[in-house]
Amino acid sequence: MLREFKLPDVGEGLTEAEIIKWHVVAGDKVEVNQTIVEIETAKAVVELPCPFEGYVSALRVTEGQTVDVGTPIIAVETGEGAAAPRETALADDMVPAPPVEAQATEPAEAAGPAKPERQPVLVGYGVKLGAATRRPRKAASTAGASTPGPAASAAPAAVPAAAPAPASVPPAGRAGGVAVLAKPPVRKLARDLGVELAGVTGSGPNGSITREDVHAAAARPDASAAGPAPRAFTGEREERIPVKGVRKATAAAMVGSAFTAPHVTEWLQVDVTGTMDAVRRLRELPDFAEVKVSPLLLVAKAVITAVRRHPMVNSTWADDEIVVKRYVNLGIAAATPRGLIVPNIKEAQELSLPELAGALGELTEKARSGRTQPADMAGGTITITNVGVFGVDAGTPILNPGEAAILAFGQIRDLPWVVDGQIVPRKVTTLALSFDHRIVDGELGSRMLRDVGAMLEDPLRMLAWS
Amino acid sequence: MTFDASQGAEAPPELVQLLTPEGERVEHPHYDIDLTPEEVRDLYRDLVLVRRVDKEAVALQRQGELGIWASLLGQEAAQIGSGRALTDADMAFPTYREHGVAWCRGVDPVNLLGLFRGVNHGGWDPAEHNFHLYTIVIGSQTLHAVGYAMGVQRDGADAATIVYFGDGATSQGDVNEAFIWASVFNAPVVFFCQNNQWAISEPLEKQSRIPLYRRASGFGFPGVRVDGNDVFACLAVTRQALKNAREGQGPTLIEAYTYRMGAHTTSDDPTRYRVASELEAWKLKDPIERVKAYLFRNQLADQDFFDAVDAEAADLGRDVRKRCLEMPDPEPLDMFDHVYVEPHVLVAEERDEYAAYLAGFEGAE
Repeated sequence: MLREFKLPDVGEGLTEAEIIKWHVVAGDKVEVNQTIVEIETAKAVVELPCPFEGYVSALRVTEGQTVDVGTPIIAVETGEGAAAPRETALADDMVPAPPVEAQATEPAEAAGPAKPERQPVLVGYGVKLGAATRRPRKAASTAGASTPGPAASAAPAAVPAAAPAPASVPPAGRAGGVAVLAKPPVRKLARDLGVELAGVTGSGPNGSITREDVHAAAARPDASAAGPAPRAFTGEREERIPVKGVRKATAAAMVGSAFTAPHVTEWLQVDVTGTMDAVRRLRELPDFAEVKVSPLLLVAKAVITAVRRHPMVNSTWADDEIVVKRYVNLGIAAATPRGLIVPNIKEAQELSLPELAGALGELTEKARSGRTQPADMAGGTITITNVGVFGVDAGTPILNPGEAAILAFGQIRDLPWVVDGQIVPRKVTTLALSFDHRIVDGELGSRMLRDVGAMLEDPLRMLAWS
Repeated sequence: MTFDASQGAEAPPELVQLLTPEGERVEHPHYDIDLTPEEVRDLYRDLVLVRRVDKEAVALQRQGELGIWASLLGQEAAQIGSGRALTDADMAFPTYREHGVAWCRGVDPVNLLGLFRGVNHGGWDPAEHNFHLYTIVIGSQTLHAVGYAMGVQRDGADAATIVYFGDGATSQGDVNEAFIWASVFNAPVVFFCQNNQWAISEPLEKQSRIPLYRRASGFGFPGVRVDGNDVFACLAVTRQALKNAREGQGPTLIEAYTYRMGAHTTSDDPTRYRVASELEAWKLKDPIERVKAYLFRNQLADQDFFDAVDAEAADLGRDVRKRCLEMPDPEPLDMFDHVYVEPHVLVAEERDEYAAYLAGFEGAE
């Protein structure tokens, strides 16, 4: 006789398991309690012992497959006359047989499938029975007399037709097996009001359905319509945004850069307490009365100063030659309502510090108001991206195309720092310098980054190196 | 000081042991036991058979025939040793893992499986076997046992009560309350704690900063730690504690130092929280192997005996499986039967209402 072993609930309330490894193949002789398969449930990896003795006729499911509890996973030919092991049914047709078909191969259990008799259920909780239906109630007179409650009056006529639908079709918008969350009194209220809970969106803790949700659902004109309504979405599930404008340009520039210039990024944490002091002092000077003084100003000045010492970082790879710029068009990456743009400050090396502050302010103002002109963005030679304003330490910046270096400037935070052997709170930031390795080697990139860091640590160095 | 379960191989010196893991008989100044070869062979048979029943139950759960099972693997000696120390008049209150004690009390193993198969709520008569129904709530049976023992005390009966619980239960309020009641009323009760090192996934060091048996001194009664994998020692120590209880010397806490070799229950995966080396260390202290070695070494049993026991175990496994699968599903109205001993108006009304409801289905008569 051919017997099938259905995947049991090996935990408490598990509904499915993944087949990890079969220990037998079709044709193998198996004994009772011989380990035949390893499965992994949400709780554990367990070995399943075979409940039958005989020959493996077929493996119904394959390794890697996730199957519901109750699914036949193996067929074993048992008892007398089972001598001829079947060599058929190998890997190619190893598909999980739906429970209905499986029973057809089993004459003993297939008897009277039309009768709404209860199937023997595997012990355990939460076993899903896909084809479960309610037992039909008796005709109205007896049912109405013996069964109190509002459900009884509607039951005799409605149930046979309507009941299978909610049982066999999982409610739309909910993952299989996820139960509707509602407290018992709320469930009763829903039943009394004829509200299908599966169609109600819960507003309580963990998405549970509250009394108010049920009342609201009952008040909707079609709340009592049969069957769970698909969850109403106010708009499309996905939004499609045409790629154009700044986004398109950014995408093209980033892809072009990332896949053309071999990037290297180096990181440096810097104590910028001195820079913050300098910023405060500068603000008090009358020369800076009309302009904004920010840490970014000193970072910009440090980069310009460092470029003087390491001109190769301010260059362009032109296939058969390297173009080293004797001028600094300092790009500042700016997040604008239209997207990321990188306008630059032309001839920044010629500007005094107050002029540089003014140029930075003007550039930022123009970018924010969307008045940045294409010319403002052309001809950059090196870029600073101030990611710190977004509250992050640093990133791996991607080069603005045609440039050899870009500096990311992270947020400034109070961190414990060792000064003269003591741990003291200091203002600390992270710098990340990406450079085009075709032009800039690790040594040069490191010196560039270290110099910028040194100037921010002690702004006096900017004077020394100017 | 704390005890690290992973260091289990070096059990503390205060551990009472009469049979080493290598199967050598050793002396202890306070406890001794004199067993005939026949008695030793019977203990061995008990150990093997309860392990076989347990193994079959685990397999049946994995085949979907039981909802859950709590394996006693590794704790056979603690249960058989203490269970065989009981007299017929003594009363035992188990947790849900005392399959070995149930065996000693003459409870049919299939009845244990019925509870886990969901076809009964404990299919034995506690009064018939003097073995209470399994208690799932952690530690509550200690209070039941102390109450029972106080009743025995008032009856003046020549009987003791033993109550089983685990290391995790010692953190429960109920257990501590039971200690206090037993202590101040000098109740004839033995607290038998199987310290299997793990309360599901919580290690012993999360339960206590001192060895559990020393807790007893704070409540005012003696505590003793016994090698829970040594069936001789468990028998000797429990026998003495039960005797003391019957003679009016009050309660004793026995900490049987053992190890849960399997999962907490079949729903649990111990590989997620404990290391394999710990398991390997305890495998060397197997409760059955040491008795087998002792029997062999002293020529108290031959290969025929061991083969016969193995064959008996195989038959028992098949029999338990067969009868488990044959257990009938309960009738829906059965659940009303054992609510009260006497007929009860409200229960009868509820039963009739439910019967009418069931009769409302097509095909029902």
